[in-house]
Amino acid sequence: MKIYNIKLVALSAIIAVMAFSCSDNEQFDNQNDDEALRKGSPFKATYLQEDQMGRPAVNTVFVSSASKDMFNTTIPSEQNALFQSMFQSNLMALSPAYANPGDTNALGLDAATFTGLLATDVLNVSLDGVTTFFDGTNILTGRALTDDVITVELILIFGGETGLTSPEYPTLSNDNVDANDKAFLSGFPYLASPW
Amino acid sequence: MKKMKQIFGISLLLAAGVFIIAADHIDAPEVAGGASDITDFYVFQAKNPENMVFVANLQGLLSPGATANASFDEDVMIEFNIDTNGDNVEDLVIQAVRKDDKMNFIGPVAPSQTGLVSTLEASNFGNDVSKVDITPYGSPAIIETSRDGMSIFAGPRDDPFFMDFAQYSAIISGNATGFNNPGADTFAGTNVLSVVVEVPKSMIGGTGTINTWVESKRKQ
Repeated sequence: MKIYNIKLVALSAIIAVMAFSCSDNEQFDNQNDDEALRKGSPFKATYLQEDQMGRPAVNTVFVSSASKDMFNTTIPSEQNALFQSMFQSNLMALSPAYANPGDTNALGLDAATFTGLLATDVLNVSLDGVTTFFDGTNILTGRALTDDVITVELILIFGGETGLTSPEYPTLSNDNVDANDKAFLSGFPYLASPW
Repeated sequence: MKKMKQIFGISLLLAAGVFIIAADHIDAPEVAGGASDITDFYVFQAKNPENMVFVANLQGLLSPGATANASFDEDVMIEFNIDTNGDNVEDLVIQAVRKDDKMNFIGPVAPSQTGLVSTLEASNFGNDVSKVDITPYGSPAIIETSRDGMSIFAGPRDDPFFMDFAQYSAIISGNATGFNNPGADTFAGTNVLSVVVEVPKSMIGGTGTINTWVESKRKQ
């Protein structure tokens, strides 16, 4: 029994994380689970995280190359503590103006506050009305298909305090691609048919 | 020689830093371009304002010629995570897993455990699971509506993401000083594999603000 359990632990963490409880015959159950796993039964199987995403372009822009896989497998509630300072360094490398005392973006956020918001990579969504990444009025209430999220992010990175009206670096603050190449549908499934 | 290796290594890193960019397309070496690579995530109010729509896109930059042969991996679970109380830990999940030619949808349901490891939150692929035929390339969208008011879809779609990725790369690598006007949409004419769920707001908190993210998880 003991050796069998050690073997199981050595085999994988699967059984440990499944946390089956209250069994009169643990070994029998483990054997059954193990067999189900080998047979590929989907209901006994465990699934281990490989990729995740909240807001657009966050991992790609703010996480250093060597840490991208780690970011994808860090739960959101732990991302801020582990990644905020990296986000801030990378933001200030991209846009050195943030190093000036009191420098902020168009949302009034300095480098520490802005990256503090972004480092927890979840998409905030309002259940009470307009859902958009940013539409000039509403901020971070969802993400619509038509939202020009890249230009919004470029404005917040390179545009400075007046980024919405008169960005500090105008040629870096808009990629001048403002819409999709195919019209979206008015109803479900909303995305356009494939090319 | 050692120095050359170092320089080569550094330039590789730089190249990776330049290459790896977009909404989340090919965002990290472990998943880049594979069946579990999430390219994008959208959540928005549906045409019916009582509902919300969740979209996960995978396997980006599919040319039209490559799209018919692209398929969802049966070993990859797509999981929408919903935090309803502001602690950035999921209180509800919606899971999508392919079985044969159907996509199975489970939830929204409170997960039996949170975090990096999941199990299917259903007893089997029976009546407690909503199913939809995966729309083949070239066919009209196949949509199912569940008894509790959810609409579900899975299949190839035009990539809704747009960006002048090529010029961004040129800027970051020092070969350009700014964007062109007009820019060129690098994702024009390319497809993704999409999973779309429309769910009544009453099933995911009803009112207020939720925090959401999508994960891909591989069967062990």
